[in-house]
Amino acid sequence: MTVTEDRPAAATGEIGRDRRRKEDQRLITGRTRWTDNIQLTGMLHMAMVRSPFAHAKIVSIDTSAAKAATNVVDVYTGADLGESQGVLINAWPITPDQKTPVHLPMPADRVAFAGEIVAAVVARTAAEARDAAELVDVEYEELPAALDMKEALRDEVLAHPDLGSNKSALWVFDSAEAGTGGNVDDAIAAARTDGVVVEREFRQNRLIPAFMEPRSTVVDPTGEQNVMYSATQVPHILRFALAATTGVPESKIRVVAPDVGGGFGGKLQVTPEEWLTWCIARRLGKPLKYTETRSESLMAAHHGRDQWQKLTMAADKDGTLTGFKIELTADLGAYVAVVGGGVPVLGAFMFNAIYKIPAYHFACQTVLTNKTWVDAYRGAGRPEATFGVERMMDELAHELGMDPMEVRRKNWIRHDEFPYTTVSGLEYDTGNYEAATEEAMASFGYDELRAEQQRRRESGDRVQLGIGISTFTEMCGLAPSRVLGSLDYGAGGWENASIRMLATGSVEVTTGASAHGQGHETAFSQIVADRLGVPFESVEILHGDTQVASKGLDTYGSRSLTVGGEALVKAADKVIEKAKPVAAHLLEANVDDIEFEAGTFSVRGTDQGISIADVAGAVFVAHNLPEGMEPSIDADATYDPVNFSFPHGTHLCAAEVDTETGAIKLRKYTCVDDIGNVINPLIVAGQVHGGLVQGIAQALFEDAVFDDAGTLVSASFVDYLVPTAADMISFDVHHRSTPSLTNTLGTKGVGEAGTIASTPAVVNAIVDAVRHFGVNDIVMPCTPERVWRAINGSGAGGADPTTGDAMPHFDAEGEQA
Amino acid sequence: MTRISLTVDGASVSEDVEPRMLLVQFLREKLGKTGTVVGCDTSNCGACTVHLDGHSVKSCNVLAVQAEGSEVTTIEGLARDGELHPVQQAFHECHALQCGYCTPGMIMQSVDLLNDNPKPTEEEIRVGLEGNLCRCTGYHNIVRAVQTASGQEVNAS
Repeated sequence: MTVTEDRPAAATGEIGRDRRRKEDQRLITGRTRWTDNIQLTGMLHMAMVRSPFAHAKIVSIDTSAAKAATNVVDVYTGADLGESQGVLINAWPITPDQKTPVHLPMPADRVAFAGEIVAAVVARTAAEARDAAELVDVEYEELPAALDMKEALRDEVLAHPDLGSNKSALWVFDSAEAGTGGNVDDAIAAARTDGVVVEREFRQNRLIPAFMEPRSTVVDPTGEQNVMYSATQVPHILRFALAATTGVPESKIRVVAPDVGGGFGGKLQVTPEEWLTWCIARRLGKPLKYTETRSESLMAAHHGRDQWQKLTMAADKDGTLTGFKIELTADLGAYVAVVGGGVPVLGAFMFNAIYKIPAYHFACQTVLTNKTWVDAYRGAGRPEATFGVERMMDELAHELGMDPMEVRRKNWIRHDEFPYTTVSGLEYDTGNYEAATEEAMASFGYDELRAEQQRRRESGDRVQLGIGISTFTEMCGLAPSRVLGSLDYGAGGWENASIRMLATGSVEVTTGASAHGQGHETAFSQIVADRLGVPFESVEILHGDTQVASKGLDTYGSRSLTVGGEALVKAADKVIEKAKPVAAHLLEANVDDIEFEAGTFSVRGTDQGISIADVAGAVFVAHNLPEGMEPSIDADATYDPVNFSFPHGTHLCAAEVDTETGAIKLRKYTCVDDIGNVINPLIVAGQVHGGLVQGIAQALFEDAVFDDAGTLVSASFVDYLVPTAADMISFDVHHRSTPSLTNTLGTKGVGEAGTIASTPAVVNAIVDAVRHFGVNDIVMPCTPERVWRAINGSGAGGADPTTGDAMPHFDAEGEQA
Repeated sequence: MTRISLTVDGASVSEDVEPRMLLVQFLREKLGKTGTVVGCDTSNCGACTVHLDGHSVKSCNVLAVQAEGSEVTTIEGLARDGELHPVQQAFHECHALQCGYCTPGMIMQSVDLLNDNPKPTEEEIRVGLEGNLCRCTGYHNIVRAVQTASGQEVNAS
């Protein structure tokens, strides 16, 4: 293997090339295989009856009218299915004493959020199933609901009365206890007398992943292996969890994730809908499909974010950071989802970001409420942390009267200080914050925009300009298995790949990563083509079917390239090593004299050679192989990363705020992301564009709003504001490449970068535009109304006018706490 | 049940449908035209956009019976004789799709936009696509694809 590792990474120049995607042809011509497109002979359809109440006892369910409806096959309740329905798992109990309510796919006695399933109707057509669902008569006895997470902490109203408390778990990291830094309370106390202390409380709004393809599941229970097709990011985890909780042997379960229309974390869940389709299809012995409506998706698929962040930052008078204390309250919703409390805990390692902080304390209290469950949404823990620290750096700069970039410069890790062990205990391998920032500021026109801001300020222009900065980093490539083990995560973080050298010259590759828009078929082909020296077109990437790619841990956490890509490299290197003795045999040379380059094995110092495709052909017929050799050069590899990777970047946002109406207009957005070596710059830019808009949307538009009865008000695309083309601008996107040292491709991961970085850049810009009105925060999403209130409230001398919610009845209590 | 006859992607079809059946359900469930997809239930997302007698409609907002006697073109009928439509080609060239779920509707709407306005400005493109949601691309490359298909200069990055 040593020989191949010495080869240059880009032997045939595929890596780094802006290849157009292999995936596109079927997607632009409508030949895509979405789960809801699948039709099987005799297939039945299912519709769900969902609770309209946030918390209620199920007194009785009358299914007789529904059962009598045309073409209805059967109607099931939780009482009918009992334990046969299995149970939904939490894979990451963050503390040993975490309170975790039992999560049945369909409870029999009590519902814990509005949207929870109470009955399932099976009929011959989807329309008939939905019609009959209207006929199911459920009698509820409403219970008081725990809705506001801060109120829920007082345990006056319990989300799950049998648990005795809404407090699920308290997870703490303290640098003094861990030996990675000093005592943060000492640092804060010292700064109160000799330095500066900034204290803020920020709200992370509740978001909905809102992937475009609604979730859909088809179960085919015929045959020996029962098949589940599902719109999921995690076919392998899904298979594992089905086996673990339903008693069906894993070897008899095949899960297929066909073409999947986006996920963003929203499809890494194991869901009640999947479990019920599995259970009921098997019970009926008939193929069964369930496809959710958009409203069901927004109501019952997991939500993201939803935290209160109480932050205390201490610094010397010259701006040098001395301590940072983070106290989070995170709403889990009604159940602890598959990652659940692990999402905010990921933030524990990221609040210190790119800065040298001597003392650090992170505490996260997770809370159960009677709302939709919460889990990973693009970035998962890292956007929340990045928002907190980057907002605080701006607030600190303001307190000190310094330029916000100057405060960052003073505290960030310099490029000559890597590798650097942070106060939260991670070792950053590489980075160059200075260079990324310099490039971003030049492309943005930072100085000119600051001058314009000054002019508008002085002239009292109705439209004020603000500039927001976010110098972020993230941890990608989830994850080294031993690190996950130390955090009590229930699985590892490796990834698998296998390479089959087909007789006719094409190369069939399987990966355990499961793409749903990321372009793995293209980028992974580039990696394999380069490594094996075969044409890009000859490589076929197969994924998303546990019978094809039998081993894997799927796609989330920007891990596919840094972990899955490395598994590909290792498998390719094994293929080359296995092929070498065959080449030597066919070329009648000593194996030590065989060299491999650009797809050809040659004898050192001669012009004799044989292509790897010809070796594959020779191995297929197996007529003339070295004595005793197994007739195969196929190989697989499982790679467990040794460390995370740490992409970083500088994002700059200029926003115009109309001070009379509160309207916000994005003026310019520049970002320079250092994501290590780039496999395909076109795909990378696309990931950044899309990520930026999701982060910007958190800042400006998106909010999962519940009314005071616990009903999701924004349960359609009329009210949940996914931005349109007209709401957005074009972006000024650049990349830099300081290769990562934690994998041989030198890649870092890019899937979440844009989302993680952009939210604080936008809010910092808005606050910067109106700070002279006495504003130091505006709650997200920064709607025109909130901006207007912030401007006018503070002008009128109000004590805390800026945290007002668009719907004051919604979380008025929360603001006071 | 009502009998309807219409032309879909160049082929004459005739079917009995329930009066309440939506055009998108007719296309998907009766004709197997699964290239056209459903993304919402409030006609906000535009994923189901097709052409009805040459103009874009959200096919979740049209009853199948309303298409009686009409000519419907879906994403599956856009390429002719194995040649991609210039808008399809531009979406591929400009990396204007990721998961691809919004893509059929986005392409059909873009074709209609260019039929109405062959040389749109960036602003006109953005407003013209306002009824079609995309969660992956941030619209950046979709705008470039429409510019490219219109034969106009495209700004870098």
